[in-house]
Amino acid sequence: MTALTTLVGPAAPLLIDNINTDLIAPMYRPAQAGILRGLAVKRGDLAGMLFAGWRYDAQDREIPEFVLNRGPFRNARFLLAGANFGCGSSRDTAALMLSAFGIRCVAAPSFGEIFRDNCFKAGMLPLVLEREIVAALAQEASGGAEFTLDLAAQTLRAPSGRIVHVEVPAFRREQLLSGADEITLTLRRSEDILAYQDRERATRPWLFLPQRENC
Amino acid sequence: MPEQARTLFDKVWERHVVADYGDGFALMHVDRLIVPDLTSRALTELRTRGLVLARPELVFGVADHAITTDPASDDPRGLTNPFIANLREQARHFGMTMLEVGEPGHGIMHVISPELGIALPGLTLCCSDSHSCTIGALGALAWGIGGGELTHILATQTSVQRKPKTMRITLDGRLPPDTQGKDIILRLIGEIGVAAGNGHAVEYAGSAIRGLAMEGRFTVCNMSVEFGARFGMIAPDDTTLNYVAGRPYAPREALWDAALADWRALPSDPAAAFDCEIALDLTGLAPQVTWGNNPAAVLPIDGCIPDPGNEPNPERRREMEAALAYMDLVPNRAIEGTPIDWVFIGSCTNSRIADLRAAAAVVNGRKVAESVSAWVVPGSIAVKRQAEAEGLDAIFRAAGFAWRAPGCSMCVGANGDVVPSGQRCVSTSNRNFVGRQGPGSRTHLASPVVAAASACAGAIADPRKLM
Repeated sequence: MTALTTLVGPAAPLLIDNINTDLIAPMYRPAQAGILRGLAVKRGDLAGMLFAGWRYDAQDREIPEFVLNRGPFRNARFLLAGANFGCGSSRDTAALMLSAFGIRCVAAPSFGEIFRDNCFKAGMLPLVLEREIVAALAQEASGGAEFTLDLAAQTLRAPSGRIVHVEVPAFRREQLLSGADEITLTLRRSEDILAYQDRERATRPWLFLPQRENC
Repeated sequence: MPEQARTLFDKVWERHVVADYGDGFALMHVDRLIVPDLTSRALTELRTRGLVLARPELVFGVADHAITTDPASDDPRGLTNPFIANLREQARHFGMTMLEVGEPGHGIMHVISPELGIALPGLTLCCSDSHSCTIGALGALAWGIGGGELTHILATQTSVQRKPKTMRITLDGRLPPDTQGKDIILRLIGEIGVAAGNGHAVEYAGSAIRGLAMEGRFTVCNMSVEFGARFGMIAPDDTTLNYVAGRPYAPREALWDAALADWRALPSDPAAAFDCEIALDLTGLAPQVTWGNNPAAVLPIDGCIPDPGNEPNPERRREMEAALAYMDLVPNRAIEGTPIDWVFIGSCTNSRIADLRAAAAVVNGRKVAESVSAWVVPGSIAVKRQAEAEGLDAIFRAAGFAWRAPGCSMCVGANGDVVPSGQRCVSTSNRNFVGRQGPGSRTHLASPVVAAASACAGAIADPRKLM
């Protein structure tokens, strides 16, 4: 996982509530809908697939009004979103596509929980901020000016110089700052896991099935 | 000191903590893991990284999203489907069980895991699918994960989770005939909204829940994620334990007795406190149907399409206008009588035997309207065979329904089963998002009996008028 320490760049405002992961990470572009039905979930070009239903028309042309097709937001590093962002399907392509596009921090009043977890896995920060703060940041963002996230200091600096304190749980913060691979970290606890399993097998043997060789 | 009163959720959570990471984070043991076809790349990644599958006996692969449901397919087992072929190959390599297509045990993951006894009360279960919360109906702790987390569980049999708050939703009242689990959960989401469960583990309680058979309970828990709750649970009772008894992977004999004693102690202690309580009286509940693009946009079947002009909040008004435009609906008109093109009876929400029996009872002796394409997609081989043994397939076929092979099918269209653009479908699935059943598709979520009545009427129909 790529570490996330600081992030500098424009913040794209998309202040719509309940944007689900089907919309963030569609299975195909509109132009492919007729061709690809049934061959869905081709991963292909992750950045190009982000919000494909909103970014492209049926002839695969960019829709100029959509925020990520507009000037500075083509290089957006932040997304300012409405409540319950990333609700719905558990597909982690939603986080991976945002990250591939360059957006590594989404600020919203709340998140779909599976999406939020998937963000951390993808080295992204899902930032919970009050609705009023997100709206105020969106005002500052509209010209495409730069925001700066300093994760270690837990600050988000808006173009006006306003500093917003951001609260990130220590466990998640350290994970992002170090870029450490979570599987590697957990495997260091293998003895604890095996001890847990031995203990549980003795107490509640029905939770376990006949053991097999692993490989 | 007396032991502190605990909720069902607390009890199952606490016994699965392998290590406490502080701040509410814990390394949780995952007792069962199911890998559906579309995320088989996690197994590929495991292999590429040279990692070992931690507990092959606790991991099951199933082809449900990508598998064809066409009974006349020339590749009914998905031998040429890249997702399914990879899952099969990786399962063989890692020595985990593949619930092979077409064989007993195959079906939609959230239908088969209880059917086979892979899912049991009091255990933890993960699938790389948001509707994993379905399994909470057994009194298990089951949650959906993304593909990256799947790799972590494959390698370690654990998952890092932050403990959510608890919420109890008490649903009381005697349900009228023709209302089902689907109507309960749609009515609830309509009442509390699509984000009310964020950050919470939900326990459903009350007489309306106790009175449901397991199928209805799975339907209710299935849609917990549709209001933001990653976990939805129901305390195990006689209904649960009778359902679990004798399942292929369920414990037997002395082990069964021990398990039973353990499961009987799982329900929330009477004095247990929840962080949030919601109560809803469902007396007189009417069949429900959605009109918009999230499950909270729901109406009683005899209701009228809402008028954005009456919505004071400008953002919500714009959202309503957009939904009505996408759905091609006119405010203030009755939703009943809206002409439809498709009916889909299936999905992890409503494809179990009780769902098919209820739908068949409506369809029996009737015909699907000429303008409607109507499908029944059983949730599993076991459901399909049971329905066929009862003659339900004959009832559906005689009426003009297509009787398909098990799979997720038209709920999400990942296998090519899609509603054509611009067409309207009454669907027993769980999401009415824009484009969910295919680009440009228009979805109305409803129960199997509403779907069956609508298929015959050629329009959104009130089943109470047919019975």
